Amino acid sequence: MKPEDSEWIADLCSRLIGLKVDPEKTYLIDSRLSVVARRESFQSVEDLITSVRNDSDDRMAWALVEAMAAGESSFFRDRKPFACFRDEILPAMCQARGNRPIRVWSAGCGAGQEIYSLAMIVNDGLADRPPETQIQLFGSDLSNRAMEKAQSGIYTHFEVQRGLPIRSLVRHFQRAEDMWVLNAPIRQMVRWRQLNLISDQTAAGGFDIIFCRNVLCNMTDAARQKTLEGLAHALSPDGFLFLGEGESTRALEGAFNAVADRPGLYARNQAFRPAVQAA
Amino acid sequence: MKTCLVVDDSRVIRKVARRILEDLGFEIAEASDGAEALAWCRAVMPQAILLDWNMPVMNGMDFLRHLRQEPGGDSPAVVFCSVEADIEKIQEALDAGASEYIMKPFDSDIIAMKFVEAGLA
Repeated sequence: MKPEDSEWIADLCSRLIGLKVDPEKTYLIDSRLSVVARRESFQSVEDLITSVRNDSDDRMAWALVEAMAAGESSFFRDRKPFACFRDEILPAMCQARGNRPIRVWSAGCGAGQEIYSLAMIVNDGLADRPPETQIQLFGSDLSNRAMEKAQSGIYTHFEVQRGLPIRSLVRHFQRAEDMWVLNAPIRQMVRWRQLNLISDQTAAGGFDIIFCRNVLCNMTDAARQKTLEGLAHALSPDGFLFLGEGESTRALEGAFNAVADRPGLYARNQAFRPAVQAA
Repeated sequence: MKTCLVVDDSRVIRKVARRILEDLGFEIAEASDGAEALAWCRAVMPQAILLDWNMPVMNGMDFLRHLRQEPGGDSPAVVFCSVEADIEKIQEALDAGASEYIMKPFDSDIIAMKFVEAGLA
């Protein structure tokens, strides 16, 4: 791959979705884009890049950044945030909200494993949940392809074995030849929206709990700040934000407070006034 | 160090599982069928058992039912590891006392995650 091509890809990803791509890692760019090249019937990744650069093809440019952004996920990834959601945050929020709905957002939901893990927790019952409490679940991702897979609820043999307890598989999935299909009652608990966290900052709001895990760590510094501004805007003043364990809200000082002994969990600073205002 | 008994009639599977589980910090013992595994458990009860279903002499399900009747036989976490992937079969294994269930083929990540799920790692 020519250095100017990898530089161009890195710049495109940064501009469109705030994704940090190291142009030196040509093997990574090549392996991600070879999937798109094959799908779109190009002879090579070089041909694909040349075509997108010369034709200013927005659809194809988006396909490139989608492919570069694609990440691995798993059900109940890292376990602890889900236990904290089930045992601490959601019960407290249920008490605080009474009969008002609680809105939960998985921002950057990928193929849906995170939001469906939350849906299974909600479905399987919470000890202290008042019966009238409604819990609304939302999933968003910038990738249409990922969202289509998420909405289908169809996962491979390997995907359902990563993080999903066997009792949850038996309870919530059906086998269809080599694939596993999530049962409709869980699928129907989630509403979906395609959303770019750096350009659609005001598109979502009024959430009580946001999961945005392992998204910020792949972003440029500027995109991280923009995304956090959007999340602060979207989160209710007494809401909670779950980030990946190695991620922080440092890029936006004053908006969130780290919760002690809960790595990756942040409470919205109620005094913070987001710069982003509703459109 | 925790001990895991790997029960499978395939030497290749036992070898692969041994390598993965040793990396997770287990000391490994091996048996090639349920009867051999039961004899092993009567001598020294392991903390964990990775168990195939279809084996000669005594299959995994019969072994598990016998194991749970043995003195101390309710203590090992049993992780089934089988080509059987029907919901009914998996439920049968859980009803018989399996802690977790791996569907073959597997990789090291799956074994690691299932052992965490079973409270073993």
